[in-house]
Amino acid sequence: MLRRNFIALAAATAALTLAGAPAFAQDVIKLGASAPKSGPLAGGAAVTHWPNIQLWMKEVNAAGGLKVGDKQMKIELVEYDDKTNGEEAIKNIQRLATVDNVDFLVAPYSTGLNIAAAPMIAKYGYPHIATTAATDGVKDFASRWPNSFWMLGTSTQLAEGIVQTLTKMKDKGDIGNKVALVNVADAFGLELVGAAKPLLAAGGFDIVYETSYPLGTQDLAPVISGAKAAAPDAFVAFSYPGDTFALTEQAQVQGLNTPVFYTGVGTAFPAFAKRFGAAANGIMGIGGINSSDPGVKGYLELHRADLGSDPDFWASATTYAGLQILGQAIEKAGSLDKAAVVEAIKGGTFDTVIGKVSMPNNVNENVWTVGQWNNGVFEAVAGDGLSVGAEPVKKAGWE
Amino acid sequence: MTPFTNDELKWLGAGAILFAVAALLPLVDQGFYLSLSVNIMLYAALCTAWALFSGPTHYVSLATAAFYGLGTYTVGLGIDAMPYPLLLAIAALIGAALAGLVGAATLRISGVYFVIFTFGLAELVRQLVTWTQTKFATAIGLYVFTDLFEQHIYWMLVALTAAVFLTAFLINRSRLGFAMQIIGNDETVARHVGIDTARSKIVLFMISGAFIAVAGAIMAPRYSYIEPPSAFNPMISFLVVIMALLGGTKRLWGPLVGVIPFTILMDQVSARFPNHTMIVIGLAFLAIVYLIPNGVTGLLEQARARWKARAARMGQEKAA
Repeated sequence: MLRRNFIALAAATAALTLAGAPAFAQDVIKLGASAPKSGPLAGGAAVTHWPNIQLWMKEVNAAGGLKVGDKQMKIELVEYDDKTNGEEAIKNIQRLATVDNVDFLVAPYSTGLNIAAAPMIAKYGYPHIATTAATDGVKDFASRWPNSFWMLGTSTQLAEGIVQTLTKMKDKGDIGNKVALVNVADAFGLELVGAAKPLLAAGGFDIVYETSYPLGTQDLAPVISGAKAAAPDAFVAFSYPGDTFALTEQAQVQGLNTPVFYTGVGTAFPAFAKRFGAAANGIMGIGGINSSDPGVKGYLELHRADLGSDPDFWASATTYAGLQILGQAIEKAGSLDKAAVVEAIKGGTFDTVIGKVSMPNNVNENVWTVGQWNNGVFEAVAGDGLSVGAEPVKKAGWE
Repeated sequence: MTPFTNDELKWLGAGAILFAVAALLPLVDQGFYLSLSVNIMLYAALCTAWALFSGPTHYVSLATAAFYGLGTYTVGLGIDAMPYPLLLAIAALIGAALAGLVGAATLRISGVYFVIFTFGLAELVRQLVTWTQTKFATAIGLYVFTDLFEQHIYWMLVALTAAVFLTAFLINRSRLGFAMQIIGNDETVARHVGIDTARSKIVLFMISGAFIAVAGAIMAPRYSYIEPPSAFNPMISFLVVIMALLGGTKRLWGPLVGVIPFTILMDQVSARFPNHTMIVIGLAFLAIVYLIPNGVTGLLEQARARWKARAARMGQEKAA
C-alpha cells in the first residue's frame, strides 16, 4: 500500500516537473538568480532579496520590457536556491551560465555568498552588482574582479555613521560619553567593532562595557545585564538579525533605558517594527532611508502596493536600485553583450530609487549608515554623501 | 605485508583506470558538469573516509563537519603565511590530532551516546575556533584568494578520493582491518581474543578524520570567504551519513554508489523545485528508506544473487 502511494506520488512529482518547464520565446532577456531560499539566510533573503527581483521585473515587463537597440525585450527569470551554501551558489552560477545560458545575473545575497560566487561570475564576464555585501574589502574586490560593483558601502562607513551620530548627540548635550559596545563574534561584527573603537576613543567616548558573543547565541540576558550594570549613555551592538531581536527583547525586559539604543542588521526589518510596536520608536540601527526623498517615497509606495508590506529599510532599496542600474545599463549599451554592459555601468550615472548613482571605481560611496525608528519608518539620521531626513533624537523608555 | 593476489591486482588496476578517466573530465567540460562533479567528488571522498571508520565499527559519527571545518580554517588562517600544500599537510595533522583526542575520550562509549557526542563536537570546535579568532587573530574576516580554479580543486579531490580508496584497501587487508572486522561483529569477542579494541578504533578514527580535514582544506579556496556557519555546516555531517547509508557501508565502493545518484537527485530537485527543495528532498528520503532499505549495494547484490540463481537454474535445465 505504502509502496503504491509512493509510486503515485513519484508520478505526480514527475508530472509537475514537466509542467514546470518554462515556455521559451525569442526576444526575451533571460535573467538568472541564485540566492537563499532555505538555510540560515533564507529569512533575510525573503525580505530583502527576492521581493525586489519580482517587483522590478513586474515594473519593467508592465512597461513593455527593456529597449535593447531597436527591440523591446521582456525579462524572464530563472531562479535557484543556494541553500545559504557557497558550494551550491557556485554550482548555480555554473548552471545559469552554461546550461540555462542566461543573459544576465542578479548578484547573490550576503557578503559571503557574493564573494564565493564572484570568481565564477567573473569567469563568464557577467556584470556583478552586489547590493547586500557590506565589508571593508570592497575596494580590493573591485580591482580583483573588474566586472563587480559594490553598492552597500563598507564596515568603516557604518561604524563612522554611528560614532558621528553619538558625537552629534553628545555635543548637543543629549547624552554623556559612556558607551557599552557589544558585537557578534564573526567577521562582520569584528570588522565593525574594530573600526568603531578608535573612532570612539578619538571622539572622547569612554567604553564602559565591552563584550562579544558567538553567532547563534540564544540567551543574551547576561549581555544586557552586564551593560546595565555599567550604566552607559549609549548601547551599541553590532549584531545579526536573530541577536538583534533577542537583545532588544532583553533590554525591554530588564529595562535598560539608555538614551541611545543601537542594534545591527535586522533593526531595519519591517518585522522589527511589528514585533516591538511603539517601543521600537527611537531605536537606532544599521541602514535607514530618507523618506522625504521622492525616489524613496515612490519605491516605498510601489513596494507597499505590490507586495502589501514594507521593505527592509536598509538593503532593500539598494537591491532594487542595483536592478535598475542593470536595466538602464543594458538599454544604454543597446545590446546584451556583457562586456559592453559592464562598461556602461562603469561609465554611467544612473537614476535610481536611492538617488543618482555612479560607480567609476566600481564602488558606490554614498550610503545611509544609521537609521532610527519613527512611527513605522526607519528614517536615516546619518549618511555618507547622501542627505538625511531627520536628526537623531533621544529614545524615550520602552512604553 | 602479504603479497597482492591476482584478484586484488585486478581491482587495483580497474580502480586506477577509473580514477584516470575521472581525472580527464575537466578537459571535456569546464562548465556546469564540472561543478556538479566537484560536488560528487567531494562527497565521494567524505563518505568513503567516513565509512572507513563507521562502516566496520558501526559507530555513526556526526563529527564530519568538525574535521571539515578545521581543515577549511587551517587554510583560511594560514594562507598568507604558508604555501598551500604545506597547509594541506597541517590540516591532515590537525584532523588526526583532534580525532585522536576525541577518540581517546569517547570511543569507549557507544551507540546513541557517541552519535550525540560527535554532533556536539562540531558545534564545540566551531565555538572554539570563533573564540580563538576573536581573541588572537590579527586578520578580521578570512579570505582565501589563490590561483586555484575549479579544475584544480577537482583534480585535488580526485587524488584525495583515490588516496582514501587506496588507504581503505590497504587497511582492509592488514591486521588492523582484520581486527576491525572482529570488533564490528562482536566487540566482546574481539577483546577476549586479545585485540586492543580502543587503540584500533582510535587509529582508524584518526585516519578518517585526517582525510576529512584535507577535504575541507581543499575546498577552502573555493569558498574564498571563510566563515564558521559555512565551514562547520551541520548539513555536511548529515548528508555524509545519509549518502553513505544509501550506498551501503559493507563494501569499499558502497558509499560511492550512494553519493553519485544522491548528488544528482539533490541537484535535479533543487534545479526543478527551487521553491520547495526541502519538501521534495524530504519525500525523496522517505522514498529511499521505504523502497531501498538495504542501500544501493544491497540492491545490486540482490540483483546479482537473482541472476546467479537464474543462471544456476538454466544450467540445471540444460544438464537435464
